[in-house]
Amino acid sequence: MADQVISSSGWKKWLESVGDQTVFLSRFFRNVFRGGFEWSEFVRQCYEIGYRSLTLVGITSFIMGLVLILQLRPTLVEFGAESMLPHTLSVSVIREIGPVITAIICAGKIASSIGAELGSMKVTEQIDAMEVSGANPVQYLVVTRILATSFMVPLLAMLGDVISLFGGYFALNFTDDISFTLYFTKCVAALDFTDYMPALIKTIFFGFAIGFVGCYKGYTSDKGTESVGIAANSAVVTASLWIFFIDMMAVQITNLLYY
Amino acid sequence: MADTVAQQPIRRKAADQSDRTDETVIEIKGLKKAFGNKEVLKNINLTLKRGENIVVLGRSGQGKSVTIQCIVGLLTPDEGSVKVFGQEVAELNNEQLKDLRTKVGFLFQSGALYDSMTVRENMEFALTRVLKIKDQAELDSRVMEVLEGVGLPEAADKMPSDLSGGMRKRVGLARTLIVKPEIMLYDEPTTGLDPITSREISELILEMQKKFKTSSIIITHDMDCARITSDRVVIMSEGEYVAEGTFDELQQSDNEFVKSYFLDTK
Repeated sequence: MADQVISSSGWKKWLESVGDQTVFLSRFFRNVFRGGFEWSEFVRQCYEIGYRSLTLVGITSFIMGLVLILQLRPTLVEFGAESMLPHTLSVSVIREIGPVITAIICAGKIASSIGAELGSMKVTEQIDAMEVSGANPVQYLVVTRILATSFMVPLLAMLGDVISLFGGYFALNFTDDISFTLYFTKCVAALDFTDYMPALIKTIFFGFAIGFVGCYKGYTSDKGTESVGIAANSAVVTASLWIFFIDMMAVQITNLLYY
Repeated sequence: MADTVAQQPIRRKAADQSDRTDETVIEIKGLKKAFGNKEVLKNINLTLKRGENIVVLGRSGQGKSVTIQCIVGLLTPDEGSVKVFGQEVAELNNEQLKDLRTKVGFLFQSGALYDSMTVRENMEFALTRVLKIKDQAELDSRVMEVLEGVGLPEAADKMPSDLSGGMRKRVGLARTLIVKPEIMLYDEPTTGLDPITSREISELILEMQKKFKTSSIIITHDMDCARITSDRVVIMSEGEYVAEGTFDELQQSDNEFVKSYFLDTK
């Protein structure tokens, strides 16, 4: 009986949360198309989100490309397919690993920082202060951040992809002697439109999910110091889950459309 | 002797009340608000006249802040009526609520300064977005006018984190006054400040009230602030107003509960 009560209250909470998120999403879209877009805040957020994540994304992407080559090489050498290394790396990085790893890094860095920032603004009544001044906090805080992540995460992912390929080239030169031109010609030759476009489109959704979850968790956090930590933490967890879910959907849709 | 003079209570003088009229700017009737099973406001009735200062006293957690949050539409009442300038707040659409909020200033307990912006940007936030003032010269003059009013013209380009608690309250007050509201709601304006700074803030509230001719509701635990700023004091207990009168009338009250608030003020 007690279990039933807990379970029904769990479902109720979950449904309430879904309802709240839907309302929050509709507020976002209503404000996107309302006049008075906050350009300067949008540019500041692009700088904060994009430029400030560049080093982290760059280093992890380089290491990822390097490690992938080191791991793939023994297997491919066994089959005498060593020349397929650039091909294998570029397809796996561009289609899947690059966008997902970049998005996960951004979820950890950006979603948590947005969640904590808005959560702390909520706790210190800054959001209420904006609202009672007659200004529109959703337009200033939420719209700019979600659009900035939707714009910057794809750019970071593309850059991360290229840096990964550099990492792969670096690793390949530990053991093999391959020219830079040949390596990149092989990488690019292995790719076509169906590799680039779905990857690019899904990173836009990854960015949107990161921004949306961070803003939602921060904006709707409770008024207590503990809530800031909870908002940051649950923003990372939820955004990461959304990334894998979107990725799964994107792969299914891509397969249906192109293969 | 000098000490005695310094301790003399500053009071809102009758002559300062010339800007008072009988026009009602806020009218609250039968206001009820609950959070879950906890009934915070049970039956609140209050009328604020133009130019009047009402101080609300009460223990923490009695719903004083909830009342003023209902006035600006941050919270929706469960029952009852909250009218500001004759308009029922709960029935206003977004645009009407925005217009109303430009006429009602709200000073938060913490000051609630936007900590990613400088003091100047804090000041300009509502001016550029709500009043749509784009002329930089006008923005600068309004910013300096209110900052000079609160005695902090040098703080314009500082970040909120560089300011002391008292300075943050002053800047918060300046940010609220910059849009020239007709009503001011103060949520514990002197909490967390030393007695001298508290007194300075209370005097500043009075000075700004005279300068901008605002009507005010001041929520406080600080009896010195109540003495300095009030025309009328209401005492809240268990979600209701249980006593009302001038500071002097309540100070002379025979009611034990009311007397308990004025123990240290005689």
